[in-house]
Amino acid sequence: MKITELTALELGAKIRAGEVTVKEAVQAALEQAKAAEPMINSYVTLDEEGAYAQAEEIQKKIDAGELTGPLAGVPVAVKDNMCIKGQLTTCSSKILSNFKPTYTAEAVENLKKAGMVILGKTNMDEFAMGSTTETSWYGPTKNPHNTAHVPGGSSGGSCAAVAAGECFGALGSDTGGSIRQPSSYCGVVGMKPTYGTVSRYGLVAYGSSLDQIGPITKDVSDCAAFLEVIASHDPKDSTSVEREDYDFTSALKDDVQGLKIGIPRDYLGDGLDPEVKEAVLAAAKVLEKRGAVVELFDLGLVKYAIPAYYTIASAEASSNLERFDGVKYGYRAAEYEGLHNMYKKTRSEGFGAEVKRRIMLGSFVLSSGYYDAYYLKALRTKALIKQEFDKAFEKYDVILGPAAPTTAPELGTSLSDPIKMYLGDIYTISVNLAGLPGISVPVGRDKKGLPVGMQLIGSAFAEKTLIRAAYTYECATGKAHEKMAEVKASEKEVR
Amino acid sequence: MGKQYETVIGLEVHIELATKTKIFCGCSTEFGSAPNTHTCPVCTGMPGSLPVLNKQVVEYAMALGLAANCEITRVCKFDRKNYFYPDNPQNYQISQLYLPIARNGYLEIETPSGKKKVRIHEMHMEEDAGKLVHDEWDDTSLVDYNRSGVPLVEIVSEPDMRSADEVIAYLEKLRMTAQYLGVSDCKLQEGSMRADVNLSVREVGSEKFGTRTEMKNLNSFKAIAHAIEGERQRQIELLEEGKDVIQETRRWDDNKESSYAMRSKEDAQDYRYFPEPDLVPIVIDDEWIGKIRSRQPELRDEKLKRYESEFDIPAYDAGLITESRKTAELFEKTAALCGKPKKAANWFIGEMFRLMKERGMEPEELAFSPEHLAKLIDMTEAGTISASVAKKVFEHIFTEDVDPEKYVEENGLKTVNDESAIREAVEKVIADNPQAVADYKGGKEKAFGALMGQSMRALKGKADAGNVRSMLMELLKS
Amino acid sequence: MANKISDETLDYVGILAKLELSGEEREAARTDMEKMLDYIDTLNELDTTGVEPMSHVFPVNNVFREDVVTNGDGREETLANAPQRKEDSFEVPKTIG
Repeated sequence: MKITELTALELGAKIRAGEVTVKEAVQAALEQAKAAEPMINSYVTLDEEGAYAQAEEIQKKIDAGELTGPLAGVPVAVKDNMCIKGQLTTCSSKILSNFKPTYTAEAVENLKKAGMVILGKTNMDEFAMGSTTETSWYGPTKNPHNTAHVPGGSSGGSCAAVAAGECFGALGSDTGGSIRQPSSYCGVVGMKPTYGTVSRYGLVAYGSSLDQIGPITKDVSDCAAFLEVIASHDPKDSTSVEREDYDFTSALKDDVQGLKIGIPRDYLGDGLDPEVKEAVLAAAKVLEKRGAVVELFDLGLVKYAIPAYYTIASAEASSNLERFDGVKYGYRAAEYEGLHNMYKKTRSEGFGAEVKRRIMLGSFVLSSGYYDAYYLKALRTKALIKQEFDKAFEKYDVILGPAAPTTAPELGTSLSDPIKMYLGDIYTISVNLAGLPGISVPVGRDKKGLPVGMQLIGSAFAEKTLIRAAYTYECATGKAHEKMAEVKASEKEVR
Repeated sequence: MGKQYETVIGLEVHIELATKTKIFCGCSTEFGSAPNTHTCPVCTGMPGSLPVLNKQVVEYAMALGLAANCEITRVCKFDRKNYFYPDNPQNYQISQLYLPIARNGYLEIETPSGKKKVRIHEMHMEEDAGKLVHDEWDDTSLVDYNRSGVPLVEIVSEPDMRSADEVIAYLEKLRMTAQYLGVSDCKLQEGSMRADVNLSVREVGSEKFGTRTEMKNLNSFKAIAHAIEGERQRQIELLEEGKDVIQETRRWDDNKESSYAMRSKEDAQDYRYFPEPDLVPIVIDDEWIGKIRSRQPELRDEKLKRYESEFDIPAYDAGLITESRKTAELFEKTAALCGKPKKAANWFIGEMFRLMKERGMEPEELAFSPEHLAKLIDMTEAGTISASVAKKVFEHIFTEDVDPEKYVEENGLKTVNDESAIREAVEKVIADNPQAVADYKGGKEKAFGALMGQSMRALKGKADAGNVRSMLMELLKS
Repeated sequence: MANKISDETLDYVGILAKLELSGEEREAARTDMEKMLDYIDTLNELDTTGVEPMSHVFPVNNVFREDVVTNGDGREETLANAPQRKEDSFEVPKTIG
């Protein structure tokens, strides 16, 4: 058996048992990365030297009994919009191409505390704006299941790296589906926790009221274990919530008896690929067989989520990205005349097309005379969408649907029509607007062999319910749909 | 005879709050350090940093709001004000537009025609910007973020003022209130109090407001008075010429005594305010307001009334003593300790303010203890020391905070009450100055003064002047 | 109800956002904004009368820190990434006013 085929928890257990050293684990992941990277480009930075140094230190602590957690020694990757002290943090943008933060994101600190090895920073859509990881200044990431296709986005690098065995789990961020959609495309498990569960400190903001960091893993057990590590109440993030409990792994129970699951009819309508629909409904049937009560229902306002989302996210982004101006850090245009020209040239040269168009849109909807008609209207719509979910959760424990309308599209086919691309976020976006938790779990493949993901949505703070349902599904199907991508690479066998 | 114009003025005053740390991070607000010493990822707008609100800022703002008779907003929020400028590291300022901390208040000012209420539209909390310094050598600007994130309260008045005098009275009132509350030191020169003046003119009797301009960069009361007069004249001239006043922001140049428009095509003045998503709402209940209210010190107006009624101190004197909370408190403690408020007031008016002025001292620098002054007053009243000795001793209390009892003891300054000692000294003066004695006896009253002075000097000022006078009279008669 | 974005508006938003788009990029941005605004206009089908705009999803209130200095001299870290530094300050093109 190959080390890279182990799940994070399996690897952690072997490390604790002394069957695999941390260095061996790091080496296996790095070798896999070296083989796969030329084909998939999931990392912006691979910190080989740093990883071995961490491995050595962590191994000592494990040997000394100072690190006893289930994930100690496990090599992981971090999306390149989370700051790590002294390490390049680019957001896959030219404007931050030389930026080395002097502080570390709280979620990453939590990984370190758990004794995890950080291998590097993964590729993403520039500033997390995109659904394909094609807007990266460092070139697109490719889907490890089929390199002619995109991995999804914006956490495409993290999802591809996990799917390709280049790490044993990764952190992503999700503003409108940026964890769940690429997880679906790459056949991995990805969760967006309830807003406020994971600290946003050190996460370079896109849409502050929507952004949330979450785990991307090989299976549901790893997902629960990762979430347990990164979730924390952080006084540095005013929107961080102190939760009643953080023992997410206790929800890994093969039991959905009596669980009420609702499938919104609107999630099965126009635009949904029949193969995706089939796989998702089959998955629902599996849960029904295990004792869940599944029914179709009408979730209102589904079609208004996208315009409301793009108004709010673009507005917040236009403000959040004002700080990139060539004054304090990052790229500054080489030639300019005076202050305002320096600003304009720096930003026009430093940002890519998608980022620029969202900034333009966001600045416009906030500008004098339009604020009420656009921005406030969107915030009112958001309130109504949340009410719709509140109503639904009076009846159901879990809302089930696809994570994305299709499987991964081919490279170069999405960016030309932004609205069409945005429509791909239809099932994920409202979850961010309402601040709810959502998980994407692999439930099948299309004819091309590309993975299909099922999304489970919970009420606020109901991650454990989602974990239980997803775990039950996984047990029932014997993890049939969680096979790693086949990347041609030589790997050393364990013993 | 030309038309008569009335000036209509509203103010936007920024005051820096006297917190130890910045509004959204744990950096010190200390003044005068090397550039960028008091900075961190939050107050320099580093990517991924997040603001966390300093509770003291809210409580200071509430205290000021309550003192200015405002309603405290029960659910208040922060908003982002977006504009690009290098002193503003995020290129947005966290401020309050939609739900400011306090609204609908007023401050009462004294005008020649009596008391007047200047209404306060609102007060809001916000962060200060950094500092830009021009670099002569490179012809560039240098950015220092030490002030970035220092908490400010902006107080927006209604257009209720009609003259520079009213504006200054209002500013004085606001400054005094903030200083009494201890929420700010309000120094215009150091920039901890800044005023922007919104001014328009209209014909007397007109109901409608004229078009207003906003003037910035006013850092002294003198500059404010000059700027108001200058802008009033400028607007009247425009109207007289049949031209329109343009609504714009103007910058006052105190050296040139004129203002100029701060127009730029890159400056759209469209701040795209929206609710700050990184901060949560502040919910203020009755209990919290009650707590702040119970901590409010007695303010100057209340003190003025009480000094007159309780201590029978003339209004003018009371005004001087209460000009700062520090002097008022020193006075009250002294008065309570010696039980002679009027005597204590006299010491403040006669001696203490004179010394402060001579030495160019601020009230905060006063370091003497009221116990020592009270003791001095007691000693003087008891005749233990003479008035002239007391003045000298006070100087030592004022400067070194000496214990007057010890000081008088150690320096042998006690009043000479021994009749034989006085007699001996005066006899000697009479013997040494036959001419003066003859002059006095010949009817020259003035000579008495000279002899008196000589006698006091001979006694080193330690004797009671009355006793010396009677002795001199007695001996001259014989 | 198709939205039209004029040259004037594009210039104006460019000033607000400090972006200078030209040629193809500018036209693409225009088309994109028009399409997106049309799309956003579909929200007008919704009656939101009396609905409070929701900026924060959860009722978390009153998150404060105490007024205690926790940070020391931050100069070097603050200036570590400066594109142009002069002594202990960031250097930028001359600002007016």
